[in-house]
Amino acid sequence: MATSTKLTRSNSAGWAFALPGFGLMAVFIIIPFFFAIGLSFTNQRLVSPNPTEYTGLANYRQLLGMGVITLDAVKDDAGQIVRDETGAPTFPRVRDYTRNNPDYPQLQGMREWFSWGSDTSRTYVLARDVVFMTALMNTIIFVIVVAPVQGGLALLLALLINQRLRGINVYRAIYFMPVVVSIVVVSLLWRFIYDGNSGLLNNMLGAISFGAIKPVDWLGNPNTALGSIILMSIWQAVGFHMVIWLSGLQTISPTLYEAAAIEGSSKWQTFRYVTWPGLRNTAVLVLIVITMQAFALFAQIDVMTKGGPLDSTQTIVFQAIQRGYGKQDISGGSAISVILFVLVLTISLIQRYFTREKN
Amino acid sequence: MAQVVLKNLKKSFGTVDVIKGVDLTIEDGEFVVFVGPSGCGKSTLLRMIAGLEDISSGTLSINGQVVNDLQPKDRKIAMVFQSYAIFPHMTVRENVAFGLTIAGASKAEKDAKVNEAARILQMEHLMERRPSQLSGGQRQRVAIGRAIVREPSVFLFDEPLSNLDAALRMDMRMEIGKLHHDLSATMVYVTHDQVEAMTLADKIVVLRSGSVMQIGSPMDLYHNPANLFVAGFLGAPSMNFLDVTITEMDDTGCTVRNGALDPVRIPSLPKGDTAAKVGDTVKLGLRPQYLIPSIDPASGTLHGKVILTERLGSETVVDLALTDGTKLIVALPEDAQFERGREVSLSFGPARAHLFTPDPELQASAKH
Ligand SMILES: Nc1ncnc2c1ncn2[C@@H]1O[C@H](COP(=O)(O)OP(=O)(O)OP(=O)(O)O)[C@@H](O)[C@H]1O
Ligand SMILES: [Mg+2]
Repeated sequence: MATSTKLTRSNSAGWAFALPGFGLMAVFIIIPFFFAIGLSFTNQRLVSPNPTEYTGLANYRQLLGMGVITLDAVKDDAGQIVRDETGAPTFPRVRDYTRNNPDYPQLQGMREWFSWGSDTSRTYVLARDVVFMTALMNTIIFVIVVAPVQGGLALLLALLINQRLRGINVYRAIYFMPVVVSIVVVSLLWRFIYDGNSGLLNNMLGAISFGAIKPVDWLGNPNTALGSIILMSIWQAVGFHMVIWLSGLQTISPTLYEAAAIEGSSKWQTFRYVTWPGLRNTAVLVLIVITMQAFALFAQIDVMTKGGPLDSTQTIVFQAIQRGYGKQDISGGSAISVILFVLVLTISLIQRYFTREKN
Repeated sequence: MAQVVLKNLKKSFGTVDVIKGVDLTIEDGEFVVFVGPSGCGKSTLLRMIAGLEDISSGTLSINGQVVNDLQPKDRKIAMVFQSYAIFPHMTVRENVAFGLTIAGASKAEKDAKVNEAARILQMEHLMERRPSQLSGGQRQRVAIGRAIVREPSVFLFDEPLSNLDAALRMDMRMEIGKLHHDLSATMVYVTHDQVEAMTLADKIVVLRSGSVMQIGSPMDLYHNPANLFVAGFLGAPSMNFLDVTITEMDDTGCTVRNGALDPVRIPSLPKGDTAAKVGDTVKLGLRPQYLIPSIDPASGTLHGKVILTERLGSETVVDLALTDGTKLIVALPEDAQFERGREVSLSFGPARAHLFTPDPELQASAKH
């Protein structure tokens, strides 16, 4: 205790210098963070004549509410399954259970998210907010694909670039260039590349296949939109992670490589026994940074697809912003932000746990 | 086992010549030490033998086979680095077994060889530790263990003891000497520590800026240095050099003198790159141990005054200023008493004195 007050006093000049920076951080990062948590428990709107009310977990219930219902196929009086013209069995309408059905109060207001089943029965997964659920799934798919692919590609580039060759700096610059350009500009450019009619990608595919590959509306098709955004996002930030890998590679002592060479280690063995173990800490960093960046996916969506087509590129952050500002539902947007925070924190902690130093 | 032959070996980095033509034969089982000042190319020469640096020209053969273009792993060598170069994430056992692991050796073979190396180096109790849990000396032992397991024809050491403290350095020095004796392997050892060179070597190679100055056994180099550089490099405290003038000269020796030195005949001719004649100024080299001081002004040929006496325990080092102003160091075996300011004269056996022609390069560097 005594030492801490002494430290504080003797460092008063230091504290004074830190104050402006700390103040800005407080105003723009720390206070908004707690604000968001607080707002997420209310019904606050961006502009509203009504007073704010504390609503507890209502926002979270609205976002995360889910239900499951299994329905049997509709049978006629003879006990035969009623089929439509294509021969598929018919099932009762889900909305009969979710709209004012007194027997299923817990499903009130939910909508079908997805379903599976057999000829005789079908299980429906219902969500109170299907768009948010779609956004959540899209974001998770994005992270699961981008984290390993971008990390791996960046490592590969770093290994290629970490050689003493004439002109290697040109390559370093080229790979790093997309990182320096604003993501908004990059997204605009890629909108032209992906254009359904005369986009660069369609033209190139057409040219190399002599017209066999027909033009695809990459961003307009629900099956290709998310994939296209994943590809472009990987390309854009790979250079950044390459530089992090590169700095990790350069901390490995060259004598270790020489020792390995004398022992007769092959290229792969050298990577396995010298390079990779030396990159442990870098790997943890890259993995966590990519995961966090990927979860924050927004600008590409906003510029290229606005969440469409058919919600196939909705993401968590895009939803948070659309709700908070587009629909002026600031408390709902805050709740989404808090969910994202908890998600990213949990995943980072899990990553830390699995990549911890084992001794 | 192996003989290593270097023929006119050269190395340049770009336009800079670092090794300027080295000829050397290392006999099977010999312990050869490269010494020389920092930056003279010792490590580069060793790394050329290892195959870590390309050879610019000349030939290197190990066991009669030219290995210029062979990869390090195919040269049957093992190397121990100054910075240990042991793998930080592996246990000692894994480190020592590394070469066998990547060669895909069986577990039984690995265990046998690793345990044998551990026994030789007395580090059985360290085998499951990680490098971070070892002292510097223990780490270097691990590196040597890794070398032993390779069963190389030639061991290469690049200043293996420089990172250790004095006491440990002495222990490890003795251990490396013992290892050489036990394995009777060919070893090439780089150091700038002349004690290591003198104690370990069968043959010392003195290098200066990429050229060999002299090759010979330690005592040969100590007693018969071929030039001023070698004379000044070996021995501690280092040899005294006095500028003297030749007054008489014949085939068997010459008479020299200067302001502080009465004329004395040295039974050898000046050594060095250039020839000397009567009237030339040459360097008279006198080892501090071979000077005998006396308070009787008539008993010696050199005259001066005591400036400082340092007692090191085993010997006493006396700093003198000669009457012409030159400094001179005398090492005496016992705790001799010479108080400051005392006038003394010094005598020496002329057969133990050396004459050298001046070395322009050394003089240039001495001025800095
Ligand atoms: N990769 C390189 N490129 C250019 N010059 C080099 C390179 N490696 C070494 N040199 C030069 O070659 C000379 C010899 O270097 P080397 O490392 O062999 O010296 P050394 O005798 O081992 O010195 P030390 O006792 O300090 O280890 C030095 O002048 C050094 O600057
Ligand atoms: Mg060196």
